[in-house]
Amino acid sequence: MISNPRLAPNPEEAPLLSVRNARKSYGLVTALAGAELSVRRGEIVALLGDNGAGKSTLIKAISGIVVLDEGDVELSGHKLNLRSPGDARAHGIETVFQDLAVFDNLTVAENFSIGRERVSPRWLGPLGFLSTRNDTASWIEHAQQLTVKNVSPQQEIGLMSGGQRQAVAVARAVAFASSVIILDEPTAALGVRESEEILNLVKRLPDRGLGVIIVSHNMDHVVRVAHRAVVMRGGRTVGGMVVTPGIERELVAMIMGAR
Amino acid sequence: MSFKDTGLSEDKPGVGRGFDRLGIVLWTLQAGPVIVLAALVIVFVLIAPNFLTTRNLQNLIAQSAIVCALGLGEFVVILVRGVDVSVGSVIALSTVVVSVATGIDDPSSGAQIVLFPLVGLVVGLFNGLLIVKGRIPQPLVVTVATLGIANGAALLVSGGDTRTGMSAVVNWAGNGHVAGAPVSALFVLGLLGLLWVLLRKTQWGRWLYAVGGNPDVAQWLGLPRDRLIISAYAICGTTAGFAGLLYAGRTGAASPLAGLGYELDAITAVIIGGASLFGGRGSVVNVLFGALIIGVIGNGLQHLDVSSFWAPVAIGSIIIVALEMDVARKWVETRIRVRQARRQQA
Repeated sequence: MISNPRLAPNPEEAPLLSVRNARKSYGLVTALAGAELSVRRGEIVALLGDNGAGKSTLIKAISGIVVLDEGDVELSGHKLNLRSPGDARAHGIETVFQDLAVFDNLTVAENFSIGRERVSPRWLGPLGFLSTRNDTASWIEHAQQLTVKNVSPQQEIGLMSGGQRQAVAVARAVAFASSVIILDEPTAALGVRESEEILNLVKRLPDRGLGVIIVSHNMDHVVRVAHRAVVMRGGRTVGGMVVTPGIERELVAMIMGAR
Repeated sequence: MSFKDTGLSEDKPGVGRGFDRLGIVLWTLQAGPVIVLAALVIVFVLIAPNFLTTRNLQNLIAQSAIVCALGLGEFVVILVRGVDVSVGSVIALSTVVVSVATGIDDPSSGAQIVLFPLVGLVVGLFNGLLIVKGRIPQPLVVTVATLGIANGAALLVSGGDTRTGMSAVVNWAGNGHVAGAPVSALFVLGLLGLLWVLLRKTQWGRWLYAVGGNPDVAQWLGLPRDRLIISAYAICGTTAGFAGLLYAGRTGAASPLAGLGYELDAITAVIIGGASLFGGRGSVVNVLFGALIIGVIGNGLQHLDVSSFWAPVAIGSIIIVALEMDVARKWVETRIRVRQARRQQA
């Protein structure tokens, strides 16, 4: 039985995003040695592996922060040329980074719209004027859709709890992702209740037709939200399986290399 | 999930409420520079008989205007986690270059006005490009080097001589008065307004705050981090060039030793004004209060029967108070965050 049967996509469907033969070295250190990964529309794929297995490098490659030495990233069958985070965002790929990627000194609404503010007049480019009202309205609209509660748009995010901050980071990514959303350890810094709220948010993402990649060390969280798990070791993809309740031990064995 | 104790409607997503006591403490800390300035002015008015005369105030304000002009640009650099100690040398270099390039009684005095900030812009761009493109992550060291180069260049260009006489417009900018107010002060207020609009109302300004708040996240999110940092140094150099204009106008001379040591006053004004050396925080408006605090201390002590040697001691003490207030602000913010988390768990 799949944990989330109503939403599990058809395994025959062509992948939305696929990474093939990804290779990346930093001098003598090989971070990726031919890693593979694919995600379908409406599917939550958990990317698992021990520290140093290459998960971070792989998702950084998909989000355009790391440029691969070799290998392809394809979106709907088209090869992407990802040279910067902007390239990935232009293709609708959004990432929520592990260490709560928010600006503590900006407000919720500012954090939400940063990098995509609407300015007027347009011909002034980045020297154009911002509209706080626009940012606020846009935040409230998306917060409503995602039912993020009790986060005031004008509040400085540095004054908020870890869960509220993460909720804003996820909301920002969700609002602008049109194809794939990547969550790097979204619950690592959070308490139990806060994790719960973020996981509930993640579970609803496939409804929006997104492909979701989630990196997590927490097997319980993985089993509760993911449809499929992919395991990496030593920069390679060593296996994948459909996630069913009670599969944790098998996954751990695969991560450790005992299987 | 219960938020009942916050008096907040639970079904209204995206909306919360403000803070109470801790919020007031935080607000007070942020208003620190204004409170300190007001207190100093009141003390000097009460104990120094000649402090509150028109002439003295005009003098004080014109003096502070130069420090404030330098501080405005310095603020932008400190905002993006940098520092620029070459601003004092820009004063010397710009006055000398303008004087040599245009001659003293040059009719094209309009060109002089443009040339001052242009010299500053060149120095600022040099700093920014070295730090970002030259990949030298220590702005202090880079700008110390620039300080030396610019000072040396000023000596070379001038042959070590001070040339007296500046064009009428420059003299007016440094010494003139409009309805009793020093032109230099109005000039700096205009500059302040311009920077405030840039920093608070435009996308570029918000991005500068973002880069100062978290440079890594800024890059991950695709903000033009390098260009933002370079632009901060360019702005800093340009305002230093304006300070050179005011300095030249005030002294009526171009000296290769002009503005010596002013960089410390500029940085002090920014710190006293409550900007965090950790970047990303503070308001450019507070630089004005920082510069005035320095000016009031120096000027006020002159009117008392106190050695003027006490002025640096007083200013140093206020820097320490400002830094401690920054620490206190962080502590209060952490408390607020913890309370937020606790409320959520409740």
